[in-house]
Amino acid sequence: MKLSLTKVVNGCRLGKIKNLGKTGDRTMDIPGCLLYTKTGSAPHLTHHMLHKIHGVPAMAQLTLSSLAEHHEVLAEYKEGVGKFIGMPESLLYCSLHDPVSPCPAGYVTNKSVSVWGVGGRVEMTASKFMAIQQALQPDWFQCLSDGEATCDETTSIKRARKSVDRSLLFLDNCLKLQEESEVLQRSMIIGVIEGGDVMEERLRSARETAKRPVGGFLLDGFQGTPATLETRLHLLSSVTAELPEHKPRLICGVSQPDEVLECIERGVDLFESFFPYQATERGCALTFSFDYQPNPEETLLQQNGTQEEVKYVDQTKKSKTTSCNQEMTSFEINLKEKKYQEDFDPLVRGCPCYCCKNHTRAYIHHLLVTNELLAGVLLMMHNFEHYFGFFQAIREALKSDRLAQLKELIHRQAS
Amino acid sequence: MAAVASPTSLESAPRIMRLVAECSRSRARAGELRLPHGPVATPVFMPVGTQATMKGITAEQLDALGCRICLGNTYHLGLRPGPELIQKARGLHGFMNWPHNLLTDSGGFQMVSLVSLSEVTEEGVRFRSPYDGDETLLSPERSVEIQNALGSDIIMQLDDVVSSTMTGPRVEEAMYRSIRWLDRCIAAHQRPDKQNLFAIIQGGLDADLRATCLKEMTKRDVPGFAIGGLSGGESKGQFWRMVALSTSRLPKDKPRYLMGVGHSRAFLHTLLHSDNTAALHHLTVHNIAYQLRLMSAVRTSIVEKRFPDFVRDFMGTMYGDPTLCPSWATEALASVGITLG
Repeated sequence: MKLSLTKVVNGCRLGKIKNLGKTGDRTMDIPGCLLYTKTGSAPHLTHHMLHKIHGVPAMAQLTLSSLAEHHEVLAEYKEGVGKFIGMPESLLYCSLHDPVSPCPAGYVTNKSVSVWGVGGRVEMTASKFMAIQQALQPDWFQCLSDGEATCDETTSIKRARKSVDRSLLFLDNCLKLQEESEVLQRSMIIGVIEGGDVMEERLRSARETAKRPVGGFLLDGFQGTPATLETRLHLLSSVTAELPEHKPRLICGVSQPDEVLECIERGVDLFESFFPYQATERGCALTFSFDYQPNPEETLLQQNGTQEEVKYVDQTKKSKTTSCNQEMTSFEINLKEKKYQEDFDPLVRGCPCYCCKNHTRAYIHHLLVTNELLAGVLLMMHNFEHYFGFFQAIREALKSDRLAQLKELIHRQAS
Repeated sequence: MAAVASPTSLESAPRIMRLVAECSRSRARAGELRLPHGPVATPVFMPVGTQATMKGITAEQLDALGCRICLGNTYHLGLRPGPELIQKARGLHGFMNWPHNLLTDSGGFQMVSLVSLSEVTEEGVRFRSPYDGDETLLSPERSVEIQNALGSDIIMQLDDVVSSTMTGPRVEEAMYRSIRWLDRCIAAHQRPDKQNLFAIIQGGLDADLRATCLKEMTKRDVPGFAIGGLSGGESKGQFWRMVALSTSRLPKDKPRYLMGVGHSRAFLHTLLHSDNTAALHHLTVHNIAYQLRLMSAVRTSIVEKRFPDFVRDFMGTMYGDPTLCPSWATEALASVGITLG
């Protein structure tokens, strides 16, 4: 694996990660995102429909929380989770938890970490964890870590220190076990930076983790409400400053467009793509513009559109769904609203996705109102494609030194 | 015209059915329906897309599976989103962006089976909407009006349908009423050139009533006939006898639609407990593919004059031994000259 930076502008890293995968010929662009999956499949989408989306990232994210309980089946299968889930061509990153469903706190010990699957809790010591990774054979995997320093409202220094100590211990144990496993020679361990909100501990975590032979770094504990990320951005800059340039930096729990940009400016390379999934679950379509250099006519049309939508969002609508109690953002429209009943426009004018090329807002509205499964399929296709398009726009903006314009555009649309 | 017109029959309904092959032993036929949205090879299984969607399957997937006709439910669509909106969206084809054929039912069956407060009179079916509590009357005229707005290639008459397990004078009443309602539907139909109205043979499990219904309805020159009032809990033995009686008396040059068989409710959604609906969609695609492939294989066997052998092979695979085949199936096949084992 080789990370080459094309340029660094105001802390933003533009580049490519090369020589990835079992055959060593795959490439990933940074800044970029990973394809979000649930139990090894893009939500709502069969492979056929997934392949109709343009710009699907080269690497997909799997979660241990959804796969750990199937460990025995996977071990018997022998050929790795990529083939099992029908994605043998995809690069795979295995995270501990699912960013959408946070797990209950209080289950990390000095010797084990627990994840929650549909069948209940799965407790993992370092050796069990590595045995599971042996069965999965991902390209990258998040090391076993203690991410609970930021779970409580108040983060104590003691708890922050413990999260760093434990995570380093887990890391050293896992690295040792990796040495002894032939199968896992081709998988890369991602070291996890912990430390809660305590600067001293964060720096210690970064420096110590960087000393180990990890393939990259996961910045854990920066997720939360939009307000909490704001206060942690300072910490984030300090942390990434301690990390080596030539290894990728992932962040978990951050997926909204404005937050993504903030993190890129502070040296983060890779993000999870669960935000489009959350929007889908609340019956919403991503409509925010990332066209930072539109033609004058389009600007007028878009402005008229955006004005209407911005006005509407002043009353933030809370949509209760089973998988996310997240509120709707100003980056999306809610297709359940009555005003879309007779709207025969596509979700986003000019969007090349399958949904926008074939269907109307009125149809999606009908599917949502009648609780039809197709709503999820079509919305997911649009939301993923829109989101991947956003990342492409980020890379292009960085290349042409126009990131400030893109940032300003996104900021204008953030409520 | 709804199909290529035969030069001698300008006044009568167009012949939309072209027979390609007939089994010399049984009554099996392979054919081609010529409908406004393209040809459809028969025998054919129609996936049910109740609310303008085939569950989690996209129109493109359905097309890729070879589906050329699917079904929409007038009852559901008439309530949500309603015929006016669908008309604005360029008909049901435009609304769901389906380029091939659509068949809509009359709305009557769902009305009676889904709505607890429905009442049948000579006027039509009176019911209370489950969504806004309003009282509505679904008459033959209104049913055809809604289906005209939906723009489906085949529309069904409103029939007075009773459960196949019902006995007594109600069955006879429903049969005669269905004939009267057929005539009202024919009179109300605004688009015979673009939409093909099918009659529905009733009569329950009573051979005499069914024969009467057949005699009367076949006097009306509609483009096609459906066999209704079955698949409601009757025994398979009674079921096949009514089907056989119906097909023996229906005109050969018109299509026959057996209603209520091979329904999408067979999909066992609730047994899958993954947290990702994609699991269901894989299953649906597989099931539809299976049904469509089966019909296609049946058709090929008829064209290649080996339908009886096909049936024997199929039953052999399904049941292992001919003696394990259920007796109703053995009898039904025997009645058209096909023996097993």
